[in-house]
Amino acid sequence: MADSLLSYITLAMILFSLGLLGVISRKNIFIIYMSIELMLNAINLIFVSVGRYYESIEPQVIAMVIIAIAAAEAAVFLSLIVVMYRRKKTLNSDIFTVLSQKDSNE
Amino acid sequence: MSNFLLAWIVLIPFLSAFLLGVMYLFSIKIAKIPNIVFSVIGISAPFLSFFIGFSFFIQMIGNDEIFLYKAFRWLGVDGRDIDMGFMADKLSIFMVLFISFVGGLIHIYASGYMKEDKGYGKFFFYFNLFIASMLLLVLAHSPIIMFIGWEGVGVCSYFLISYYYEDSANVQAGNKAFIANRVGDFGFIVALITIFYYVGVNGFDYINLEANIENVSPEILTFIGITLFIGAVGKSAQIPLFVWLPDAMAGPTPVSALIHAATMVTAGVYMVARFHFLYDLIPNVGLYVAYIGAFSALFAAIIATKQTDIKKILAYSTMSQLGYMFIAVGLGGYSVGIFHVFTHAFFKALLFMGAGAVIVALHHEQNIFKMGGMKNKTKLVFFTMLIATLAITGIPPFAGFFSKDEILLTAFSSEQYLLWSIGIITAVLTAYYMFRMLFVVFFGKNYKENRTIHFVPKSMTMPLVVLAIGSILAGFIGIPEVLGGQNLVGEWLANWKHNSLHVTHNTELILMGTNILAALIGIFIAYKKFYMYDMKKVPEFTGMVWNKFYIDEIYNKLIVDSIKHLSVFISFKIDINIIDKVVMGLSRNFIRTGQYVSKMQNANTRFYAFTMIVGISAISTYLILVIR
Repeated sequence: MADSLLSYITLAMILFSLGLLGVISRKNIFIIYMSIELMLNAINLIFVSVGRYYESIEPQVIAMVIIAIAAAEAAVFLSLIVVMYRRKKTLNSDIFTVLSQKDSNE
Repeated sequence: MSNFLLAWIVLIPFLSAFLLGVMYLFSIKIAKIPNIVFSVIGISAPFLSFFIGFSFFIQMIGNDEIFLYKAFRWLGVDGRDIDMGFMADKLSIFMVLFISFVGGLIHIYASGYMKEDKGYGKFFFYFNLFIASMLLLVLAHSPIIMFIGWEGVGVCSYFLISYYYEDSANVQAGNKAFIANRVGDFGFIVALITIFYYVGVNGFDYINLEANIENVSPEILTFIGITLFIGAVGKSAQIPLFVWLPDAMAGPTPVSALIHAATMVTAGVYMVARFHFLYDLIPNVGLYVAYIGAFSALFAAIIATKQTDIKKILAYSTMSQLGYMFIAVGLGGYSVGIFHVFTHAFFKALLFMGAGAVIVALHHEQNIFKMGGMKNKTKLVFFTMLIATLAITGIPPFAGFFSKDEILLTAFSSEQYLLWSIGIITAVLTAYYMFRMLFVVFFGKNYKENRTIHFVPKSMTMPLVVLAIGSILAGFIGIPEVLGGQNLVGEWLANWKHNSLHVTHNTELILMGTNILAALIGIFIAYKKFYMYDMKKVPEFTGMVWNKFYIDEIYNKLIVDSIKHLSVFISFKIDINIIDKVVMGLSRNFIRTGQYVSKMQNANTRFYAFTMIVGISAISTYLILVIR
């Protein structure tokens, strides 16, 4: 049982790292969003497998709540991406620099 | 008991000063108050103090009672408490009497002298404050309270010397007096701290200090004695801190009379007499005091022989007479020194006020070689001035003779023959320069006979008469036994006289004769040179003596200039090159660092995410590896 928990967690870590890599290396906002979802689900996987390991119900509940929140968040996020695209006609994240020090100085 | 009245001796002039100050402000801001109101209040205060002091004086006759009144606890520091207290023993009540009396007469004189001045009320405010500070100084029951009065006198002298503040020279003179006094005060403060630390174990008033002084090692006593004397040197204008005294003539003449006669300069002598229990234990320091006094006396007398400003002559003569007083107190003849303070108060106030009357009569002319022929024009002033000059010269039976004779007798009987001969030489010089002034001012041929003489009011001449009577009679309370008299001052201040004079009556008489001879020699030289002096041309003086031995210049070069150089160095070199650079550089560096840091906020999301991850990883690594 212990080995299988380790392999679950290793899988979760791999997923998380992939998500992280996506956030850092990609420019497209959609890809960034998907990478964030990947990291979120990696964490979710840890919750579920730990709950199974300890035969406890609370982590499962938290996992369910996270899935529900992720669904709501997806709606907000996708609508934001639509608005952002309408403004700049692009999905390149480097274009959106309104909050940067450079812009506020000008 | 009526001891609380002691506080009122000081409080009355303080309160009246306060009242005068408020009234003066009212007078210049809202509605004019007539001068007579100011003068009535101002004059009555010192005389009220005089009467209270006199009531204590009467209670003290025939016994050794010490009146002590502790008003309130001022500071409570773990057993070393300081009370606001007043003490009247025979010495302080003696001082109170003539300070308030002579001070009061000078107030009356000032009411005439300052009549046309627009700051009339202000002047009396300062005057009363001055008297109050001086009375606090002599009535204090502990050195720290004395120091309050000491500083009060200093600050009032500053106000009064720079009273005609429109002229920057007067303000400079005031500053000079204040700064020279600061140097002395530094010595006083150091002495106070040392006394407080070593001697003030059981209490910081004179009675306890006197009781404790035996337990202190002689080295510390010597240190205290010398530092205290530095304070006295500053206040009493002895070598080397005398430079402020001649410049103090910048103030109105009543101020000079007040500073020189009854208050301020006598504070140093009083202080040494007050700490007689200390100086009795360290006769070597006393000898040092006496020598400083002797050299100051001689030095000032030499300078005075060449001065042309009537007030400067009198200023140097004050310094010279103070030197005599320090000879006496230094040799342990405290009562003798205080006796000379007493007689000096009368004739010096008289001299200054007479000089002031002459100056007013001649429309503020101060050069004696531009006066001349005043004998017939201001008869009363002439006679009073003559009495005062005879008194300071030491011609019997005028006041100065008795006290000066006793000082020289003290020096002789203490076997300090050098001090004695300096005293005699100074006596000759004193007679010379005083009569030089008298002859030139009152007998000299006047080439401006037709010039009008300004009216000298009664309020200015009446105090002259009173003081002239005082100058004649003051000496008679201290007639030496050899002349069949009774030395009342010596008896009154018996506690302040530790050496009994052991000279035969014949020696005493010979010494007396020497003094009179010295005075006569001086008068004779002055008569030869200056009687009916031809004043066609104002003589021009040059040389060492006329330039006061270049002391002012030397001090300027040594002290003022070096401090100036130092401040220039600090302000233009250190401040600009180091301090400014450090401060401005720091702020510039902060701005630059901020600019660099702000570049990190470049709106690059991926960069943000990366830094976040790096931070989280670093903290996690730390938590796992180090803290665990």
